[in-house]
Amino acid sequence: MKLTLKIWRQKNQSSKGAFESYQVEADEHMSFLEMLDVLNEQLISEKKSPVAFEHDCREGICGTCNLVIDGRPHGPSQGTTTCQLHMRSFKDGDTIHIEPFRARSFPIIKDLVVDRTAFDRIIQSGGYVSVNTGQAQDGNAIPIEGNTAAKAFDSATCIGCGACVAACPNGSAMLFTSAKVQHLGLLPQGKVEHKSRVQKMVAQMDKEGFGFCSNVGACEAECPKEISIDNIAAMNRGFVGSMFSTEE
Amino acid sequence: MSLTGLFLITFLLVHLIGNLQLLAGDEGQAFNIYSDFMANNPLIQGISKGLYLFILLHAIQGLMMAWKNKKAKTSKYAGGRGSGSWASKNMALLGTLVLAFMFIHMGDFWYKIKFDSNSINAVSYAGLDHEIKDVYSKVMETFKNPIFVVAYLIGLIALAFHLGHGFQSAFQTLGLRHKKYTPAINFVGLAFAILIPLGFAILPLYMFFN
Ligand code: HEM
Ligand code: SF4
Ligand code: FES
Repeated sequence: MKLTLKIWRQKNQSSKGAFESYQVEADEHMSFLEMLDVLNEQLISEKKSPVAFEHDCREGICGTCNLVIDGRPHGPSQGTTTCQLHMRSFKDGDTIHIEPFRARSFPIIKDLVVDRTAFDRIIQSGGYVSVNTGQAQDGNAIPIEGNTAAKAFDSATCIGCGACVAACPNGSAMLFTSAKVQHLGLLPQGKVEHKSRVQKMVAQMDKEGFGFCSNVGACEAECPKEISIDNIAAMNRGFVGSMFSTEE
Repeated sequence: MSLTGLFLITFLLVHLIGNLQLLAGDEGQAFNIYSDFMANNPLIQGISKGLYLFILLHAIQGLMMAWKNKKAKTSKYAGGRGSGSWASKNMALLGTLVLAFMFIHMGDFWYKIKFDSNSINAVSYAGLDHEIKDVYSKVMETFKNPIFVVAYLIGLIALAFHLGHGFQSAFQTLGLRHKKYTPAINFVGLAFAILIPLGFAILPLYMFFN
């Protein structure tokens, strides 16, 4: 299949970027990233600079393959990362726009690569358990109700990719932050520090310059792990609760 | 945001119920007595001061938030308009339209009733020991002008979309989300967003065509 790619090229953070047009011959069995590999081989053999894009696991678990494809973070298919997207989702002769995540708190490093260390700092501010939980536990040593375990697991599937921020018209990081807060706060080891964790992580999120949530719901629609905005409501509830709490 | 919004929603309901007395078919007697009561009852006057404060608070907070959110996003994407409803992404625009409408509305009625008594006649009813303002005739007269009718309809359409997103959004912001109740909240919100502006819209239309 023959494709026209309009790819965002930008030298570094301070330079101005623009879309550039490329032709590429792809196979429908290729993944989207393999198609870009083909393009880069082509550019290298023409002695041009290859397109910088991030990738690592190529199996949907690391959260680095962050591209916006035709206006949608991780492209057109539901509940998948860019690396899991295949060229059979496109047709011969298609024109595809590929650009980086756009948010003030995710500055562009080069081409399609953005700096997502703001997420790391949100995790550092409270996304941990500091009480001693001892050795690895026996399977059922700590009783956890099945429904709660399932909810915590669903929240824990967030891979920290940042598509929620990229999709949000406010550049808000509420879906990511709430997924992390709920993942830890629902389980007995994490519950202990839940109130202070909510406060600290929300404060760090605001400090990083992410926008305020106005419940548009674009995050949930674009999240490759289909994290629900139930998490956001639950974190809001926790935040309100922690404001009236006398605990430190 | 959510608390002031919910307060304004309650106000809308009370305001509409009061105004529907315009349709009572009694040449405005019920409505005029109600207006007089609202204008002179100290409790209602106290609440209305709170209402002005909440409208300002809600508008200022909303606009500041919208401005900060615009800064948090660097640019739009090429190709594709993105997920999320149109109303949810244009709350500040819709709110500003509602605010502009409220200023016109206050200028038409509130200002004239309160500070420009020459423009309003007095009426007396059997059983009342003093004359009261004939607000009913003032409303009738205003809505004979098609420009006002159209301006009101635009304001009310903006309100409908603002509420269409805002009603359920306020519950989500407060963390009130539940498998069983959220669909009910969404349903009530949608019904509210349609019925309340529709109820308000009936008044100018009825007066214009009668
Ligand atoms: C009768 C009038 C109004 C009612 C009933 C109303 C109601 C609401 C409600 C319930 C929300 C959702 C709050 C939340 O999710 O936290 C909201 C949001 C909002 N309102 Fe209003 N509003 C009114 C007038 C205005 C005015 C005059 C403005 C500004 C000029 C405004 C600007 C906004 C903005 C920007 C938001 C978005 C914030 C968010 O999504 O959280 N509103 N409104
Ligand atoms: S919530 Fe979803 S979109 Fe956001 S970082 Fe986690 S996996 Fe990515
Ligand atoms: S490359 Fe790891 S999730 Fe796509």
